[in-house]
Amino acid sequence: MPIPTDRRYLQTHEWHKPEGDTITIGITQFAADELTDVTYVKLPKVGSTIDANKPFGEIESVKATSDLYSGVSGTVIAINEKLTDDPALVNREPHEEGWMIKVKASDSSAIDKLLSVEAYLKRIGQ
Amino acid sequence: MLRRTPFYDFHIASGAKIVDFAGWEMPILYRSIVDEHVQTRTKGSIFDISHMGRLHFSGKDVVRFLDRVLTRNVSQQRVGQSRYSLICNPAGGVMDDVIVSRDTKSWIVVCNASNREKINAHLHAVRETEKFDLDLADQTEATAMVALQGPLVIDKIANVLPIDLKSLKRYEFVTDSYMLIKFTIFRSGYTGEDGVELIIPAKMAGLAMKLLAGKTDRPEASIKPAGLGARDTLRLEAGMPLYGHELDETIDPLTANLAWVVDLDKDFIGADALRAISEAGPKRTLVGIELEGKRIARQGTEIKNTAGTTVGIVTSGTFSPTLQKSIAMGYVDIESSLPGTTLAADLKGTLNPAQVVKLPFYKRTA
Repeated sequence: MPIPTDRRYLQTHEWHKPEGDTITIGITQFAADELTDVTYVKLPKVGSTIDANKPFGEIESVKATSDLYSGVSGTVIAINEKLTDDPALVNREPHEEGWMIKVKASDSSAIDKLLSVEAYLKRIGQ
Repeated sequence: MLRRTPFYDFHIASGAKIVDFAGWEMPILYRSIVDEHVQTRTKGSIFDISHMGRLHFSGKDVVRFLDRVLTRNVSQQRVGQSRYSLICNPAGGVMDDVIVSRDTKSWIVVCNASNREKINAHLHAVRETEKFDLDLADQTEATAMVALQGPLVIDKIANVLPIDLKSLKRYEFVTDSYMLIKFTIFRSGYTGEDGVELIIPAKMAGLAMKLLAGKTDRPEASIKPAGLGARDTLRLEAGMPLYGHELDETIDPLTANLAWVVDLDKDFIGADALRAISEAGPKRTLVGIELEGKRIARQGTEIKNTAGTTVGIVTSGTFSPTLQKSIAMGYVDIESSLPGTTLAADLKGTLNPAQVVKLPFYKRTA
């Protein structure tokens, strides 16, 4: 399964894409496939602070509810409003249009501690 | 060591996602749960249910024995008739929910995969202790079982089988042969749609799949495979209980709204306890719940009333693909059980508004 190489990952399947000062976070195709049909995504408010390795939200599907984790601490500067009316976007385009939050990281080097593409692929047995 | 049904290769070839269910490697989905759910409601699906227990009973004391272990009267049951029933423990708690069918020379009980070992042990113990002259055989491994459910199913398979399928009424069944393959076909199901359930010899699984479902991978196919994920969302929409959720050994049939399958005049295991509960009246009851918004209330979610007091607990919940609403089943105090009662589901501290609704959530129109 193609995994984007322009980003880093958590064990819990969240991808982190650095774009200048901002880190965009979403979940991988692997995670979306595990969840199956996503029905609801609970995201933090814009302007709130989030902590690394703590849940920042929840994702629900017909099958299960899971916590969403960020690998970096910081301030939420944007959330994907499209997911309110179209949560299934996460299943269709988990790596691009289905992004969840954009964070201004308090420590710009924190992202380097996350899993590389190879390490994440190993994690999902590929 | 997980077991595989005779359809395991079919599941893999069809791209199924396999999970451990009650010790069996079963398909949770092939395409997506919602896709398979919608396919079942609009056209047809085929489900592998070979993991369920298939127990055969015969012998001198068979009717007396079944009347002793089942809550429902069997002596009145006709040959060719299938009926939903329960097996209770002496305290009146549900050990399993089953389908009991009377064939010409024997009786067939289909039970939940998760309870097969427990039920086998229980029935053997009753036979020994109470000295019934009875033959009891577990045919699960020797057979395979499928369910074909959906509005197009009957028309699609009517010509495949050598029986008059259209005149087989709901909850009737027949045993017959086709090309020397013995099969038993029941007009019943667990989805709220019309359809059949079929028992065949395990060796004939592949052939049966070809005959019944044909080319399931065509996009416009009338019958496509569906997994346990869709099976759960379908039965929940239809308001049907699932053992381990709405039913377990701490729950009695009267609380579970299943008084209709309990014949209290009869002397069966658990009858005394149930008569006492019937006298006093159950304190809780099973209800349907609709939540506002899209969030799902899963099993174990606390249900609160407008005063903030906990009045119940969710046993199953999902987002209904047919109704596009968040639905759940659960047990609530009698005082909070009337349809229209305002409640709230406690979702990790957030009180999500909800109300009691009548079951089923979905009823087929045809």
